Amino acid sequence: MILAKTGNEAMAYAMRQINPDVVAAYPITPSTEIVQLFATYVNDGLVDTEFVPVESEHSAMAACIGSAASGCRTMTATASQGLALMHEMLFIAGGLRLPITVPIASRSLSSPLNIHCDHSDSFASRDSGWMQFFAETVQEGYDTLLQAVKIAEMASLPAIVSIDGFILSHCMERIDVLNDQDVRDWLGPYKPNYNLLNLEHPILIGPAALQDYYFEFKRSQIEGMRNALPVIKQVTQDFNQLSGRAYGIVEEYRCDDARAVILLMGSACGAGRAAVDKLRHEGKKVGMVKLRVFRPLPHGLLKKTLSGFKTIGVLDRVDAVNSYGGPLYTEITSLLYDAVEKPRVFSYVYGLGGKEFTPEDAEAVLRSVLTGKKEELVTYVGVR
Amino acid sequence: MKPRKKTWQELPCGAIIEDLSAVLENKTGAWRSMRPVWKADRCINCLTCWIYCPDSAIMVEDGKMKGPDYNYCKGCGICANVCPPKVHAIEMVKEQK
Amino acid sequence: MARLKELCKNKELFSKGHRACAGCGEALAVRQILLAAQEPVVTIMPTGCLEIFSSIYPESAWQVPMIHTAFETAASTASGVEAAYRFQKKMGRLKKDIKFIAFGGDGATYDIGFAALSGAIERRQRFLYVCTDNEAYMNTGIQRSSATPYGAHTTTSPAGTKVPGKRQHRKDIVEVAIAHNIAYAAQTTVALWNDLVTKVQKALATPGPSFLNVLVPCPLGWRYPSSETIRVSRLAADTCFWPIYEHQSGYKITYEPKTKLPIEEFLKPQGRFSHLFKDESGKKIIREIQDYIDEKWALLHKKQAAFPMPQAQV
Repeated sequence: MILAKTGNEAMAYAMRQINPDVVAAYPITPSTEIVQLFATYVNDGLVDTEFVPVESEHSAMAACIGSAASGCRTMTATASQGLALMHEMLFIAGGLRLPITVPIASRSLSSPLNIHCDHSDSFASRDSGWMQFFAETVQEGYDTLLQAVKIAEMASLPAIVSIDGFILSHCMERIDVLNDQDVRDWLGPYKPNYNLLNLEHPILIGPAALQDYYFEFKRSQIEGMRNALPVIKQVTQDFNQLSGRAYGIVEEYRCDDARAVILLMGSACGAGRAAVDKLRHEGKKVGMVKLRVFRPLPHGLLKKTLSGFKTIGVLDRVDAVNSYGGPLYTEITSLLYDAVEKPRVFSYVYGLGGKEFTPEDAEAVLRSVLTGKKEELVTYVGVR
Repeated sequence: MKPRKKTWQELPCGAIIEDLSAVLENKTGAWRSMRPVWKADRCINCLTCWIYCPDSAIMVEDGKMKGPDYNYCKGCGICANVCPPKVHAIEMVKEQK
Repeated sequence: MARLKELCKNKELFSKGHRACAGCGEALAVRQILLAAQEPVVTIMPTGCLEIFSSIYPESAWQVPMIHTAFETAASTASGVEAAYRFQKKMGRLKKDIKFIAFGGDGATYDIGFAALSGAIERRQRFLYVCTDNEAYMNTGIQRSSATPYGAHTTTSPAGTKVPGKRQHRKDIVEVAIAHNIAYAAQTTVALWNDLVTKVQKALATPGPSFLNVLVPCPLGWRYPSSETIRVSRLAADTCFWPIYEHQSGYKITYEPKTKLPIEEFLKPQGRFSHLFKDESGKKIIREIQDYIDEKWALLHKKQAAFPMPQAQV
């Protein structure tokens, strides 16, 4: 069915179809509407969900953990400072292997305060053991959220699905939605690994583990994240069967004989496509690589895809303030280090705090990548 | 003999404890430097020591005192302290090595 | 009114073999509470002494389901668990009625988890929140909390040459719970086992959130010999340092000491107050403490007279 939805509306709509058992949430710009719309679904009886309007995001994640550990499919929604406030709890959800799924409307982190888009919120939690998906369009955000619930439950890992704050969350797009019954049938019931409320089989969840066990638990969790990639591949294929829409983990745009490419995540891929088209029209051999899945990092696939190019511009919509380069750039160069064919890789940081990244900006970046020469360690796109 | 520690592949998914009896392997009686000596003939079965033992180390069966559980008793001395002064059925003595 | 001969037939749901210090008031409180509650019960706890001594992998002293997440999250995690329970009952997936008890130390309850507790009560989440109050952050080595009494020595409010211990009075957490219009709130201590058992059972029978503040003496933190835990607990009640009362649409004092003892009787056996007995400035603080205790005790009586607890309650 075709509908006109903003990103937030689409995420809330997906959540309605998912009909999670429990949602514990707190509002924050620009994801507030997801929570509001969902609360309306609750109070209009359109979902069965127990809605817990908690008093902070930290409590939201703690309540989500309590609920997911008690046999319930659980979700929340947040962004920016809210995700940052949940930070310690994210690691706990990861360590407990609970498949909590969270749409976030990616927003910058203070200070200074800024309500607009960049990826600093999810990147700040990249070590927390959560899977991370980045959507280019509202359609993709909707589709990815549905897939993420299934992936999370099969992989026993929590998941974040990012839609760019304001750019996607507040912009209306024409999207094609599945029907409610198809979503319900496809997802099926939640089958937890363990359940606090199973009185026949009482357990303790979240023990202390000393030096003799902690590392072993972590090794097991690490293996879980490694095993997530084949799960993602499988679920994406299944979703294609269901919806007719195909997604990749790494997607290439006009890369077949490209010498120079830009690597991007999120909505800026749209500007990237426009720039590639412009330069291709001039006869330049350029392309764009879109990364959809940041965690787990699909390093094998990225190495295979990227080592064929001569130059790569990695665009980070976040800076890790490490006095070196964008965080995605550092991961890309690291995974290419022992590639037989090693492209030149340049770091570009763009769009922090919602600074506009236009097709012209993308074009300038692409031209610069094409020269194969870089004066500075990092180019900060559009900074006065 | 304590069972060998599990490898990472053998651990449950997520940090959980399923065997709730494993705690009994921890014989906290080894901590003692003082031990309670219970004089059954003086005991009036008031069960005061039983309700005040933080380690459930006073054994009671059918409402009757059976004595301290020396496997787990830490020798804190609460039982001797709360036994009614006129009864004085528990005395703390130095633990033998 | 419980009787020990009946209570001793109940199942011990907090196993021996835990790693609490000898004479630990908190371990005793948990044991007594679970003896009173019985199954089916699901428990929640934050980080703290209790968590560390009861749940080091692979040993769990808890013979009932238990979840620990983080330090400030007893009330918020419990909120999630209880929401999950409500959902499953609503959908017919769970048939049994389950009681929920969240345990938290004074650190987790009065301080770092304060907002979460407030939120959970405000949302009327149905669980019993038990604060096992040993009046400091004991697990990290005896640092002051907002539950630490005026004049007490802790490692972050030390009895120094210039400043003699903590300079602020304790937070009245039970009043905070009452201000939230909580269904049931009460204060008790481990020495008054009958009072504690009665209050636990009353709280669990109450529809809606309930809060129980239990004073649990700590031999290491309060600096007294481990055998004295019950004696010190009883002195807290007999000096009215720790008023024993409950609130359910009105106040009721459930323990009136036969003779109200002077506060020195409570302070003297504890090393954390020993600096107050050294000189005149310390004795002045003792007098201030006595005045404060008397004021609060008189005020509680006034509240009981003005807002008595109605007779026929659940």
